[in-house]
Amino acid sequence: MSDTMDQRSQGGRGGRGGGGKRDDKGQGGRRGGFRRRRVCKFCAEHIDHISYKDAKLLAGFVPERGKIQPRRISGTCATHQRKLQTAIKRARQLALIPYVTD
Amino acid sequence: MSAQRQYELVYLLPAEASEADLADLQSQVEGIVSRFSGTIEKTENWGRRRLAYEIGPHREAVYVLHLINGPGELIKELDRRLKVIDKVVRHLVVRVDEETLVADRRRAERQAHLAERRVQRGLPPEAEEPAAPRNDDAEQAEV
Repeated sequence: MSDTMDQRSQGGRGGRGGGGKRDDKGQGGRRGGFRRRRVCKFCAEHIDHISYKDAKLLAGFVPERGKIQPRRISGTCATHQRKLQTAIKRARQLALIPYVTD
Repeated sequence: MSAQRQYELVYLLPAEASEADLADLQSQVEGIVSRFSGTIEKTENWGRRRLAYEIGPHREAVYVLHLINGPGELIKELDRRLKVIDKVVRHLVVRVDEETLVADRRRAERQAHLAERRVQRGLPPEAEEPAAPRNDDAEQAEV
């Protein structure tokens, strides 16, 4: 449960985040409700450093099940999603945020 | 000696731990830090908190945070010792100096940029309060 472990888990996911498909860009024909434009919360509010200590903030990105909310839903930008991911994983180690909830 | 770096250490003690236990552990940490000629910059006691999940028999724990300046060897030793001490339910050490540096720089950049823009519009460099984000206004107008 040290930082080294944290780093490793980070490295494992590193390759996946980059090439996300952005196929939701050109389709305006969403039937039903109007979808609000998603803005990265951290960019909008100028949160430079996402700390694992701020459990209240992180909890907003961890839905009921306990999984990390994907970027395509939360609208977080790639940079901040990456930071958020590390912060959430650290917070989980300290039992500030659950790993899973059934 | 090697480079001084800044680390954050958080450890969890069982909720039923006494003040003496807390003080004892704190002095142990201080001992290790001073042995490696490091310094403790800040100590925070978050008090008792509910755990998000049960760790063994524990449902609540006392959280303590230290901000430590020191070399990497210090952290290695600290980490090893904390693993051995049974009283510590869990601990985490994170290096923070690089991240705070980046965050500070970004904040400074942003402020400089804002000041510049204000000057361009013929206003004094310092704003009373940061300008309200335009998105909010637009949303309210819609509703």
